[in-house]
Amino acid sequence: MSSFRGFIVKEFKQIYRDTRTLVVLFGMPIIMLVLFGFAIRNEVDNVKIAVLDLSKDEVTREIIGKISASPSFELNGYLNTYDEVRDVFKAGEIKEIVVFGPGFGKKLTRNGTADVQIITDATNPNLANLVQAYTSNILRDYISEKANQLQISRLGIAPEVRMIYNPALKSVNLFVPGIIAVILMLVSALMTSISITREKEMGNMEILLVSPLKPIHIILGKVLPYLVLSIVNVLVILILARFIFDVPFKGSYLFFLLEAGLFIMTALSLGVLISSSANNQQTAMMISLAGLLLPTVLLSGFIFPVGSMPVALQFISHVVPAKWFLIIVRDIMLKGSDIFLLWKETLILMATTMVLIAASLKKFKVRLQ
Amino acid sequence: MNDFAIEAKNLTKTFGAFTAVDSISFEVSKGEIFGFLGANGAGKTTAMKMLTGLLAPSSGKAFVNGFDVYTESEQIKKSIGYMSQKFSLYNDLTVAENIEFYGGVYGLSSKMLSKKTEELLRSVNFTELKDSLAGSLPLGWKQKLAFSISVLHNPQLVFLDEPTGGVDPVTRRQFWEQIYEASDRGITVFVTTHYMDEAEYCDRVSIMVDGKIEVLDNPENLKRSFSANSVEDVFIALARGAKRGDS
Amino acid sequence: MKTLRFILKKEFLQIFRNKGMLPIIFVMPVIQLLVLSFAATYELKQVRFGLVDFDQSMASRELVSRLQSGGYFKLESAFFSIEKAKKELDNGSVKMILQIPSGLDKKLNEGNSAQVQILIDAVDGSTAGLIQSYMASIISDYNQEQQAGIFIRSSARQQMASINIIPSNWYNPDLDYITYMVPGIIVILVSMIGLFLSGMNVVREYEIGTIEQLNVTPIRKSEFMIGKLLPFWIIGMFDLCIGLALARFGFHIPFLGSLVTILIIAGIYLIVVQGLGLFISTITHTQQQAMFIAWFIMVVFVLMGGLFTPIESMPEWAQQLTMINPVAYFIEIMRMVLLKGAGWMEVYKAVLVLLAMGFGLMVLSINRYKKTS
Repeated sequence: MSSFRGFIVKEFKQIYRDTRTLVVLFGMPIIMLVLFGFAIRNEVDNVKIAVLDLSKDEVTREIIGKISASPSFELNGYLNTYDEVRDVFKAGEIKEIVVFGPGFGKKLTRNGTADVQIITDATNPNLANLVQAYTSNILRDYISEKANQLQISRLGIAPEVRMIYNPALKSVNLFVPGIIAVILMLVSALMTSISITREKEMGNMEILLVSPLKPIHIILGKVLPYLVLSIVNVLVILILARFIFDVPFKGSYLFFLLEAGLFIMTALSLGVLISSSANNQQTAMMISLAGLLLPTVLLSGFIFPVGSMPVALQFISHVVPAKWFLIIVRDIMLKGSDIFLLWKETLILMATTMVLIAASLKKFKVRLQ
Repeated sequence: MNDFAIEAKNLTKTFGAFTAVDSISFEVSKGEIFGFLGANGAGKTTAMKMLTGLLAPSSGKAFVNGFDVYTESEQIKKSIGYMSQKFSLYNDLTVAENIEFYGGVYGLSSKMLSKKTEELLRSVNFTELKDSLAGSLPLGWKQKLAFSISVLHNPQLVFLDEPTGGVDPVTRRQFWEQIYEASDRGITVFVTTHYMDEAEYCDRVSIMVDGKIEVLDNPENLKRSFSANSVEDVFIALARGAKRGDS
Repeated sequence: MKTLRFILKKEFLQIFRNKGMLPIIFVMPVIQLLVLSFAATYELKQVRFGLVDFDQSMASRELVSRLQSGGYFKLESAFFSIEKAKKELDNGSVKMILQIPSGLDKKLNEGNSAQVQILIDAVDGSTAGLIQSYMASIISDYNQEQQAGIFIRSSARQQMASINIIPSNWYNPDLDYITYMVPGIIVILVSMIGLFLSGMNVVREYEIGTIEQLNVTPIRKSEFMIGKLLPFWIIGMFDLCIGLALARFGFHIPFLGSLVTILIIAGIYLIVVQGLGLFISTITHTQQQAMFIAWFIMVVFVLMGGLFTPIESMPEWAQQLTMINPVAYFIEIMRMVLLKGAGWMEVYKAVLVLLAMGFGLMVLSINRYKKTS
């Protein structure tokens, strides 16, 4: 047992002496939180647009004034002919061009209807959709203002929308659980797998295996420091999210920590499994990247909603542990859910972890014979 | 041209306040087998790194094959071979590929290379192992192969850093036969070792203690002046006085 | 130059001898491109919603059927109390609840306005925003029709001004997300090869100790560096071509611009990311460190590179940071050239920046790599 303790002490020392990695380990969650808290957004503001006004009358001036007053847009210039559109879009800065045909104001007052063409640079369909919707809203508002002046009452259904769980629609609320999952995958799975593979590549594994340490001790010794790091990282993210970004936390902290512990175990066992099939660090790294981190980022619902994916990918997403973890954490934090609501997801994670641990123990044993 | 393969005068290396190599001076004649002994931490490796151009000296002078270690380190590299215990074959390349790579790096022509490869493989009885991965060879064989590669380009001088570490006595004997062969071809050999019986094979040996060369002579004279039975006893007598511990 | 030949041969032998590498080089890019392109979409598919209809009238039924006919909304179940419905929202089986109070039909027929409540699960804020805007547009269509009907009935045919909006989406008329994502994802593939593999390869020589042996040989710094970079540069370009071929023939992405332009710029871009990888390798001692730092930089570059979220949406300071982000430049260039047919005139500035970055990083890391320890 004392040799085991010695081994663990050595592992801890090796990791904690590596200041570069430690800086990244603790800097990463902070930077990711800042990025997702402030920089990564889907909302649009200050989109650069241009106007092609072939009418140049009172009405178009008024509408253009309204558009450029909107915080969503930044009026970046006027075109003179339709042919300029192509060049402007190719240059890339301007994303939308509003075209008023000749005699716009006259048509609107005389015929009651006039055409506006909204040309978007739809290379980014999301952005195109949004700017188009915003522009339409401004035009609609303009008309209803006019209508009010004409004393026509607007009738019909008035929807009253309430956003539940995340009323401010802050994307950071959505991203925090995802960041936790990615960081845990990185620290627990990737770092563990590389650290064990490293012993193999350097030829130290044989020395360890002939020592009085049991294989399970070797694995534990490799895994424990990363377990501690992972827990500290979860706490750091949680504290930052709560106090810097005011992310709500409706559920129980204890329940959250237990679930986080479970997910750490899942990730660690994945790391051990990868290390038992890879023979050098490069391979371990690429397997972890392609097999763990990409699915965790892309197939878990972290950034892109699982519901938007094709059925085949939705199916694959069921075997991505992070997907279940994300559901659990989001529900605990934003909805205040407890084990009675989340037992299914928890059970799936548990079962996955068991299978992974069994598989990696078996693989490790086979290697010894 | 002078007659020395290595010429060092007051060669010194300091790391901050620590003086790793403290003003050593010695010469190694051409064709000589020179044993460079010292306890761990005595400064052997640092001295060797300065002579091979890996490390710039803090002060003093040194010439290797007539080239200045300060200004002509690239010429030095062309004229020497080097093999260390840690080294240094690529385990994921085959025997033949390792030979080809290192030979090519030293500028052997491909015709020369294939001839040399044949010769080399035959001389160490490796012909049938040509296409095995270097990583699959036993340690002793790796060392023999590594040595052969380090003299493949016929350097004037070869540095051997504990070449026989961890190798069984029979293989060590074979290894020294290889060294003698190289020496017969006129290659100067500069070797560090922890095996004192190997020191007896050298023409001359120096023993470093705490960064200084304490003694330098041929093994016979050394034993006589210390009235000892073996170089090992001389070494132990000197090493006891060392202030730096085994690190 | 002769030496270089041997170095390159050795590197290629080592790369291809590593059984784990082959799938990484040949299979991974294909899988990634397929998975990423389909996964990375915000497009809204069927939102399941719960209905609490206290009105049970013509008007309420009309509204619900309108909701469903658009294809975006699917009625999961109807409830008779709002509490029951909210429970379903809690456990996630519906994403939205539409609550119609009694008297809707009556109010509308009297020409008044009536309220309905919409509860949206906003855990995913961007999805919630989309749901809201789809709802708004469906309801507004409904209203217009109702009004038209009322006007006819009451024969109060008053002149109503309206602006007819004609949308026109250039370059991507179907607003297809895949068209937009694929060029960016190809950039990510190429970056991963360039950034991770060449940097790791240098650190590996340190870690297994062969670097010392190389340092006492007459190999020149530049030869060593080229030997490390060129193989992965070639592999990177190869993967780029796989990616482009898939994009063209698998995803039918339009190639409006010149392929040669793309290839030349990709070559420059690879030098930039490889230079970065090399620089990382000079400040680290183990592959684990190198890879960790490389991964970290990669995540920041990709997230800030405008692949998933538009750079235009970022705050000013973040937009300024993209000036030093090579990934952002190359993604922008790829999209401009492939989707809009931009040529050198439009992209030369970005290319100059990339050239400067590549040159700077190379000089920096070659200087930092010393043959003496």
